[in-house]
Amino acid sequence: MRFWGAGLLILIAASAFAIVRTDDVRNQVLALSFYGLLLGLMFFIFQAPDVALSQITVGAMALPLMVMLALTRMKHRAALGKGEKEKSHE
Amino acid sequence: MSEKRRLLLFLAGAVGLAAIYTAGILNMPAWGTYRGPYGDVIAGLVVFQRHATDVVNAITYDYRGFDTLGEEFILFSAVTGVTLLLRPESEEKKKKFEEGENPASFQDRAALSETVQVFTTAMFGFSVLFGIYIGTHGQLTPGGGFQGGLIVAAAPMLLYVAENTEAFERIISHPIADFLESVGASAYALIGVGALALGLPFLTNMLPLGTTGDIFSSGTIALISACVGLEVAAAFMGLTYEYLREILSRSRNEED
Amino acid sequence: MLADFPYYIAAWIFLCGLYGIVRSRHLVHTVICLTILQSSTYVLLLAIGFRAGGYAPVFAGISPGVVTVDPVVQSLMLTDIVVETTVVALLLAMVVKAFEKGGTTSPDDLRFMRG
Repeated sequence: MRFWGAGLLILIAASAFAIVRTDDVRNQVLALSFYGLLLGLMFFIFQAPDVALSQITVGAMALPLMVMLALTRMKHRAALGKGEKEKSHE
Repeated sequence: MSEKRRLLLFLAGAVGLAAIYTAGILNMPAWGTYRGPYGDVIAGLVVFQRHATDVVNAITYDYRGFDTLGEEFILFSAVTGVTLLLRPESEEKKKKFEEGENPASFQDRAALSETVQVFTTAMFGFSVLFGIYIGTHGQLTPGGGFQGGLIVAAAPMLLYVAENTEAFERIISHPIADFLESVGASAYALIGVGALALGLPFLTNMLPLGTTGDIFSSGTIALISACVGLEVAAAFMGLTYEYLREILSRSRNEED
Repeated sequence: MLADFPYYIAAWIFLCGLYGIVRSRHLVHTVICLTILQSSTYVLLLAIGFRAGGYAPVFAGISPGVVTVDPVVQSLMLTDIVVETTVVALLLAMVVKAFEKGGTTSPDDLRFMRG
């Protein structure tokens, strides 16, 4: 049990470093979802099922969802602004 | 401050933190040997004192219920803050952002296959049911209000994925979502005040405890768990609506 | 060293998140690195409360006399996860507003935030 836990912890450390070094934000959201799932698995292995459920619903689902919603709204506003600039140039 | 100087400052701080942290860790007991008394004391008491089998939820909603009350109000105020920040700025700007023609990058989308639409819509009811199951069984098995509320709040996104934006908008923007969020948050505080009305300290578990393993057991734990689930579900649906409001009203105006 | 392994991993994750915040060029990237920073506390709390050979603190199916891991620390982690969600929601709303007012998501170029 502790052996698998230690291996999973090393994977989590590597995954955290990978998220930080990812440049594009949309790729980072996918990496964040994977990291959340890994953390949930770690909570499950370390005998914390309540926290594992919470972490899976939050870290693998709600958090990437909110980030994607914010990115969509920003992209929408940016596209609107560009459309207006093109119209005023015509 | 230039980026290189920022990085050097960070490295200096990181080395200092690592040194002090390592000095502290070397004096701690080895991993896997938990010696502290509180966990064992509570784990031995909960089943007999509260007739609940899930110790973590009993601690969250009963023994440390005051912390969870604060946490619920953090959630409530954060959603209020987001609603305030993302409100439409003025009437003319609202017209500009929500009506008018669609920018080019939002117009061409690949059509979703019918199989995906049918199966995603069919999973909606199952997701809501699963969320309600997890939310109401908090005192017996792992789960509880917060987790169940999140699952219920994420179910309408399945409708958005299936491109049924009309149904999605109708569910998410319904005014009863705001009302239910306030009901959930205030019901928690009112349950605590109800204990005050009986002459007991705030948030005492004063309802009948029932038999262990029953759904209607453990007094106020099940009730508080349900209120928290209600508030969390409504809060996240409101949050989703705030972010997507312009895009949804634009596709609504397009279909008219 | 091997006996304190998860504590070092928690410190590593903390420093990774801090490194990401220092070197970030997109405000949403900063928010995500803050999430990683907060998740290092989960690893630390979990490692503190773990007991080798302990069962999960849910007595549905096992008798109430067995040795379990620490449930108090797990309750703290639940609160921690909820607070992380709310903080990220509010921060993302602020990022969206900063983008709308400033036109850019790079923290170095947001003119009106210069002191």
